[in-house]
Amino acid sequence: MALSSGVLWAPSATGNCLVRNDWICGEYVRTRAGIITDALVSHILITVVSVLIGLVLAFPIALLARRYRRLEGFIVGVTTAIYTVPSLALFALILPFTGLQPVTVVIGLALYSLTILVRNVIEGLKGVPADVRESAIGMGYSRRRMLFAVELPLALPTIMAGLRVAAVSTVALTTVGAIVGYGGLGNLLLEAVNSQFKAQVLAASVLCVLLAITFDLLLVLLQRLLTPWARTGMGS
Amino acid sequence: MLTDVLAWFADPANWQGEGGILNRLLEHVLLSVTATAAAALVGLPLAIWLGHLGRGGTLAINISNIGRAIPTFAVLLVLALGPIGTSYLGPYGRAGLATLVALVLFALPPIITNAYVGMREVDRDLVESARGMGMTGVQVLREVEIPLALPLIMSGLRLAVVQVWATATIAALVAGPGLGRIVTLGFVRQDLAQVVGGALVIAVIALALEVLMVTLQRRLDPVARAKRQAAGTSVLGSVELRS
Repeated sequence: MALSSGVLWAPSATGNCLVRNDWICGEYVRTRAGIITDALVSHILITVVSVLIGLVLAFPIALLARRYRRLEGFIVGVTTAIYTVPSLALFALILPFTGLQPVTVVIGLALYSLTILVRNVIEGLKGVPADVRESAIGMGYSRRRMLFAVELPLALPTIMAGLRVAAVSTVALTTVGAIVGYGGLGNLLLEAVNSQFKAQVLAASVLCVLLAITFDLLLVLLQRLLTPWARTGMGS
Repeated sequence: MLTDVLAWFADPANWQGEGGILNRLLEHVLLSVTATAAAALVGLPLAIWLGHLGRGGTLAINISNIGRAIPTFAVLLVLALGPIGTSYLGPYGRAGLATLVALVLFALPPIITNAYVGMREVDRDLVESARGMGMTGVQVLREVEIPLALPLIMSGLRLAVVQVWATATIAALVAGPGLGRIVTLGFVRQDLAQVVGGALVIAVIALALEVLMVTLQRRLDPVARAKRQAAGTSVLGSVELRS
């Protein structure tokens, strides 16, 4: 509002969408390409590192839950409890241990990914038909070989579904990391709260959504590559 | 650290006034209740009707995927900078209307998707039998489909409550109302005790809400126990949003 009234005394700038504070402004993207790219790159890094940590931790935890049935309820309960805590509060609670560092955001986001992935790995392994497992045992497969050669490949669609949910929600949640200074595109959003810079808000928001869609499509592609049997119509 | 946080809670000044815990809690609860109720009033009839007719499935299921990809922070900010603005809305506080609209938008996907999936997962044979017994469409809906879909309908409401509580926290990032404001102001003042204290209040109530909703879900559903033993929970039923 304040900026648009400024146009009155600067007629030479009437053609400038930055001065008019328009939502859509090519001039903004041109003049701040560097800042936008930096924010985008840090957004991608935070997201990828968080989801990968969540994925790596999810497997041993899910296997533990499967091996010791009593632990399953406990593990699902604890991860659900973490998931219930709003991101802003979670980052604030991790902060005293890690400070104003990217690691604060990464730990929080990895915990959310972990919850989704542990659940889907458990579900995926449960979905492996008992007769398939028995055949593998009958063929003399060891536990380890059965896990890697039979169970995990069959659980892959469920695990990949979880990975897609985790990746897409992590892209959106990374923005909240701006509260500790590491929110990727969220930093641009937080900046705009004070500056009321509409073009920046729209550009950062659109990039966030595009990033989420890109991750989702890449994971769909990865799943197709990893499960060639699903395409040929053999197996499920 | 812990003593600082305890001291922060012990200071009566932190509980009173517009920025005090009590007023922020009131704003947060009012926002969450209003938004969840509004989303349920709009979303449930729509999803139940679509599920009954078996139409609009792609939309009902994909709305959750779309909702997940859109950052709540971005939506709050676009609304606050747009025509709705950040003016005070009675007890809802600063940027009350923008926050309410954002909360309703993010409460709708889990409600619609879960209710729709719940309706579609009702055994078709049962619906056919009910029709064969001469039940009208409305009777089938009331006596068969809705009761059997109740576990997933409630599950959608539970996810919506958790989602709304979390999104209301983010409203603080655009200087909006609610408990998140205590945390963001703690950052501005570089007061770690306030940051952690505020976050604890938000987290503890979030957990309590989850427990409350799970209990409610079990209470309201007589079929659940039998059904849960018969079949595992559906993968589609666990769709959720996070904020």
